[in-house]
Amino acid sequence: MEENTILEKKNLNSAVVKFVIYKPLIAASAQAGQFVILRGREGGERVPVTLVDWDSTQGTITVIIQAIGKSTTMFNALQQGEKFLNVAGPLGTPVEIKNYGTVAVVGGGVGIAEVYPIARALKQAGNRVIAVLGARTKELLILEKQMNELCDKTVCATDDGSYGMKGMVTDAIETLHNSGEKINAGFVIGPIPMMKFTTRLMDKLNIVPYASLNPIMLDGTGMCGCCRVTVEGTVRFACVEGPMFPAKTIDFDELIRRTSEYKPQEKQSLQAYQKDHVCKCGLH
Amino acid sequence: MPNPSAPRQNGRQLDPSVRKTNFEEVAQIFTKEEALAEANRCLSCKNARCQANCPVGVQIPAFIALLKEGNVGEALAKIMETSLLPAICGRVCPQEKHCEGNCVLREKFGAVNIGMLERYTADTARKEGLTKAPACAKPTGKKVVCIGSGPSSIAAAAELARAGHEVTVLEALHAFGGVLRYGIPSFRLPREVIDREIETVKAMGVKFKTDVLVGAAQKVADLLKQFDAIYIGSGAGLPTMLGIPGESSVGVYSANEFLTRVNLMQAYKFPQTDTPVHVGKRVVVLGGGNSAMDAARCAMRLGPDSVTIAYRRSAEEMPARAAEVEHAAQEGVQFEYLVTPKEIMQDENGHVTGLKCTRNKLGEPDAKGRRRPIEIAGSEFILPVDTVIVAIGQRPNPIIAKTTPELQTTPRGVLALDEQGKTSLPGVYAGGDIIRGGATVLLAMKDGIEAAHRINRYLQEGK
Repeated sequence: MEENTILEKKNLNSAVVKFVIYKPLIAASAQAGQFVILRGREGGERVPVTLVDWDSTQGTITVIIQAIGKSTTMFNALQQGEKFLNVAGPLGTPVEIKNYGTVAVVGGGVGIAEVYPIARALKQAGNRVIAVLGARTKELLILEKQMNELCDKTVCATDDGSYGMKGMVTDAIETLHNSGEKINAGFVIGPIPMMKFTTRLMDKLNIVPYASLNPIMLDGTGMCGCCRVTVEGTVRFACVEGPMFPAKTIDFDELIRRTSEYKPQEKQSLQAYQKDHVCKCGLH
Repeated sequence: MPNPSAPRQNGRQLDPSVRKTNFEEVAQIFTKEEALAEANRCLSCKNARCQANCPVGVQIPAFIALLKEGNVGEALAKIMETSLLPAICGRVCPQEKHCEGNCVLREKFGAVNIGMLERYTADTARKEGLTKAPACAKPTGKKVVCIGSGPSSIAAAAELARAGHEVTVLEALHAFGGVLRYGIPSFRLPREVIDREIETVKAMGVKFKTDVLVGAAQKVADLLKQFDAIYIGSGAGLPTMLGIPGESSVGVYSANEFLTRVNLMQAYKFPQTDTPVHVGKRVVVLGGGNSAMDAARCAMRLGPDSVTIAYRRSAEEMPARAAEVEHAAQEGVQFEYLVTPKEIMQDENGHVTGLKCTRNKLGEPDAKGRRRPIEIAGSEFILPVDTVIVAIGQRPNPIIAKTTPELQTTPRGVLALDEQGKTSLPGVYAGGDIIRGGATVLLAMKDGIEAAHRINRYLQEGK
């Protein structure tokens, strides 16, 4: 078996794909909260993607990718049996796993997949784990079954009310709090505004918040400095010091601005690709 | 007969108005006539100061003598007895500080253009199929791993292979060459030159692997179980930032990021390649080293209205190679000397709008002998810019030290070596930016070669 081969591909919804990739060295050493850098083709971007699962016996890693720009769209067009060009990792500092008491793991959209291994490790460490899962609509809510099996309690919230409670994850956390749940710490992964408001609420409710940040990265190996974020007024490098940071003092607004820097180019790149791309899968 | 008083051949460069629109190599290879004329200026000194001052000991008069005879293949073989990356060294070494700076002709007639002769030898031999990978000693049965594939590691790997060891090079990125590939632009060092020099090392039997970040899946301790010795040449790491307000605004790059986008990821070809790079209309580069020149010249090629290098001291103290400064100026890069950046100004959306600076005068020399900049009170002014590239240096890559607690580091974060050049772990050696913090390609290579010799002794004698 050649490294980087896709052993399994599953569409979780119209934009989100799960890949199981053969990569024994990473599978043998991955820890919760770490990520890999993927590259699909010569000239392609280095894209950081969170490790969702790993199996050292099979030598496989699992990632879940949402097609947003050109690179992720191209990744998601790869088929079982094909290969990623480059897979490097595991990168980043693992999340500190210990018994915090009761923890909330909060995932928004594809962030649900990213918070899953953290939930599992926290559960194994003896925590009471409450999953709070949010999505725009029911179709985009992924891994609910797995979370349900793993966690002591799972609550879902959709913006349109098509599944679970109608509202945001913040509404769900507030409801939990009002029902008497005493939560000690929260681990939040999702869109930056969601992490920002969840952090703010948790701080108010005396829950210690942690958030996994997704700044733009290039090498992802502690070299270029692109991924700098401001935490407690200090510049930190997410690729080696993160991506999970204590969230109370993260400058989320700065992160929103810095991650938007290339939006026009990303749009241009995706449009050019979609225009030239002759779809072979018959879905587009 | 040598003709030392003949004019020094400086070679030809692409026209500045053309080259600032592309990433083609600026310096053109000597013609045969130019090479011969320049070779004939060499006096073939017996106690050659050029050679004595070459950190990697290239046998300069000897290779030039072979060039005079028209024997390019033999000339290259002579260089490769001590240095296996001649096409790279000929292009990026600071010759004016080493060989050429010590040439006896320097003051009276101008030094022999040794750099261009080395490059001519390497390129011509390659073109004519005369490049031969050096012979390797019979296999020792020992295995050595080199971490990183930058100049230091490649030099070490080649020397270790020559000594008969089985050598593996592990690179964290998707392409080989380290700083040669992500840092130095193609207009100074074409990508195919890096590829070919690495091909030579591969032809010596060295195995190369991408996507292996040591300290991640495999730690140094894991490698010690599989290999008899380790060379750490993992290079530079996170950039040093200024620590001034506004440094996290949109439009502020570290030189590492900017150069990595342009050189490693080839963002200047976007959208054919997928990684973008953005420069605004007015770019300022902060710093005065070679990275600052590279960043400024790359930025120039992306078509802004202006590119300015702002440096704290005067032209005289600037650490960049003279040729790079000259080439940058020819391409229209402007220089603001004696300024200290104080604050990066931003608009309500967090985008850079300007750089607040003060003017300096020069004071007493510091510990390194460079005159210290002193701020002039009330001299504050604003440079109107929308892109800022911070090129004031970097720290060593943090990952190996972080994941190998047994390895001692200095307070500066670089790996600590003893007098024999060993790290605190037996069998583990290191060199290049991981021990120097930030140096030149040439010094990195020198470290690699010297460490290879130490590793040879260690593997033979066990000490």
